[in-house]
Amino acid sequence: MRQINVIWIQSGACGGCTMSLLCSDVSSLLRTLQGAGVNFLWHPSLSQASGPEALAILRSCESGETPLDVLCVEGAVLCGPNGTGRFHLLSGTGLPMKDWVRRLAERARHVLAVGSCAAYGGIPSAGANPTDACGLQYEGEQPGGLLGASWRDPRGLPVINVAGCPVHPGWIVETLLALALGDFNADELDQLGRPRFYADQLVHHGCPRNEFYEFKASASKPSDLGCLMENMGCKATQAHADCNIRLWNVSGSCLRGGYACINCTAPGFEEPGHEFARTPKIAGIPTTLPIDMPKAWFLALAALSKSATPRRVRENAVTDRVAVAPAVRPGRK
Amino acid sequence: MTRVVVGPFSRVEGDLEVALEVEDGVVREARVSSQVFRGFEQILAGKAPLDALVIVPRVCGICSVAQSSAVARALAAAAGVEPPRNGRTASNLMLAAENLADHLTHFYLFFMPDFDRTAYSQRHWFELARARFEAMRGAGGVEAVGARARFLELMAILGGKWPHTLAIQPGGTSRAVQKAEKVQLLLVLREFRRFLEGALFGDELERVAGLGGAAELAAWRDARPAAASDFRLFLEIARDLDLDRLGRATDVFMSYGAYHDGERPHFAAGVFDGAPRELDRASIAEDGRHAWLLDDEPCHPSEGATRPHADKPGAYTWCKAPRLGGRVVEVGALARQVVDGHALVRDVVAATGGNVFSRVLARLLELALMVPAMERWAASIEPGEHFCIPADVPDGAAGAGMVEAARGSLGHWLTVEGGRISRYQIVAPTTWNFSPRDAKGQPGPLEQALVGTPVGRGAEDPAVQHVVRSFDPCMVCTVH
Repeated sequence: MRQINVIWIQSGACGGCTMSLLCSDVSSLLRTLQGAGVNFLWHPSLSQASGPEALAILRSCESGETPLDVLCVEGAVLCGPNGTGRFHLLSGTGLPMKDWVRRLAERARHVLAVGSCAAYGGIPSAGANPTDACGLQYEGEQPGGLLGASWRDPRGLPVINVAGCPVHPGWIVETLLALALGDFNADELDQLGRPRFYADQLVHHGCPRNEFYEFKASASKPSDLGCLMENMGCKATQAHADCNIRLWNVSGSCLRGGYACINCTAPGFEEPGHEFARTPKIAGIPTTLPIDMPKAWFLALAALSKSATPRRVRENAVTDRVAVAPAVRPGRK
Repeated sequence: MTRVVVGPFSRVEGDLEVALEVEDGVVREARVSSQVFRGFEQILAGKAPLDALVIVPRVCGICSVAQSSAVARALAAAAGVEPPRNGRTASNLMLAAENLADHLTHFYLFFMPDFDRTAYSQRHWFELARARFEAMRGAGGVEAVGARARFLELMAILGGKWPHTLAIQPGGTSRAVQKAEKVQLLLVLREFRRFLEGALFGDELERVAGLGGAAELAAWRDARPAAASDFRLFLEIARDLDLDRLGRATDVFMSYGAYHDGERPHFAAGVFDGAPRELDRASIAEDGRHAWLLDDEPCHPSEGATRPHADKPGAYTWCKAPRLGGRVVEVGALARQVVDGHALVRDVVAATGGNVFSRVLARLLELALMVPAMERWAASIEPGEHFCIPADVPDGAAGAGMVEAARGSLGHWLTVEGGRISRYQIVAPTTWNFSPRDAKGQPGPLEQALVGTPVGRGAEDPAVQHVVRSFDPCMVCTVH
């Protein structure tokens, strides 16, 4: 069987994407990856090799002596201060991590940005971006980043942006397995470099609050059962991901947890231009409407459905448990 | 003396470099360097207060719920609200779930794989250790990853997902658990208990948690073969390698108190330096003398600042040096249990202090102590009662959130002015444990623990690896 050599490195990261990977519900994650031919030459959280042993592996890949199939980068590239990369020197080397990433990327058959930080800059680039954080091939929505907009791997693919904060373990496992199968092409990425197998979905799909959304019966405070879009900042109708279809940690998602989708797979999610958990409105109308629906139609349908809202849905929306159960009508089958 | 620079350390959650001065095959001096600066405290300045609930957990994807809990408590203090009982219970369950998952990860994936090193190939337990703990392949690690993933469904039920839930709010939690989910929580805990009582301990949790002293522990060990369980195997290795003589630090321990429920935390707050003492929260000060930061004068975090100065002479890390009344203190599971007065931990610390063995022992004991507590908490949830109340942070306010993460005491200090965050300071557990020298030249806990460690076989010598990992460092939290 074909085997792919993987190096995983972390820079301006919280480690959460690795932690999320370990929550995979495929039985026996580590054996599944090995069985599928995914060979971690080095992973900072999983490998025995430490210090000089780890550096020897990185140097061997950097020189081309050991073939490197996939370079996984977790965390933003920290370019500051003043372009020096001093905000992260790789331990034991005194060299900026951004230079290590660049040199390893030159040797890799594919480069994966694991999480929104590595893809677009993410949370470290929020506010005044104190560390000049950027993604591998993007600075927020702007193509560029560390490697530049025109960078391509030897098979013609840009950086594969497995975006999310954190990533879903399934997104990583399936991307790595597809690469191990040699079955991954440029047309399987969307225009922001994200694998389409999850980015062609919206977080809205499969949302259990769907009936509240249909009737615009909205939550007004944390723990309410209603739709989180009108007041609570939810962007599930705009966010590209399958979070409510494949679920997190076996049975969860942000919306199932009672809080808004913050569109964490999108570049720039870290600076939404409004408070995360408060929907921005103009004249009482949310400015964050569904992604591809004409605004006039949305407003017309919203007005209509609000006036048609059943009492059950209206009352349950602003409580934290089902206050009014669906009616049981004898004789109806 | 020879200078040896060791890094990058694997299995430490983030990037760590240690510079050792070695003489006659033994470490004489150590300097610990946190290599990554991300600037969260700058990023938070100017934000709306509640936006911190999104940003702050992303300091750390390992201690994400601990960070959430600290920010929620700081905001609750600023808003002057106290969550309803169900909300407190759900928050405590989530924090405990993360802390225990971290303890399990540390033992199986981070700490134990170092005993599968060729330096130990002649030891009588080596084949057992390799079979259970070989990095990425050992059966124990593989089983633990699965058990951990199923256990963290608790986070899905209570908080939607892990890491980076937004369910922990200043006024409580955003998922009001009903009867069916309460049963699911108990099922998840039941399954986790089965893993712990099987592979990890090979005994009932209550029996392990109730071990009353070092003699009882030795008797428990001697009553079963080394292969009986992973804990038993650890005890075998620890005795053979004298892990209780490795990595002693200050033996001054601190805990902020863990799992608050109204008046009293489940594990007590305090200081232990041979005797229990009160914790004086006002005497915490961060010292930036040896950090690549502008601020040299020690000050309380509520007054603190973080301004990078990458070329500062004499500095060797991005980490500040927090001190308690000027003292170097160690935090973590061992500190938490010695402060709370666990009989076995007190006994072990009285004999040999804080060391590689006692730090790992305390984490495993917490697994045995906490699952029964979590079962009681889950059973105490009252479906139908509220989990969350609204919380409005005034335009001018301040608050602190002090919790116990897996790795020890985590504090957040927040100031709000004009409706915006004007100051946010974080002191994480590994900030305490891996702090550099302070202005008085006192080395931090790991810097002290490494002195005297043998490096006979060079920088890869397992002893240095054991000492470093015995603290379960979280380097991403350390500097943030």
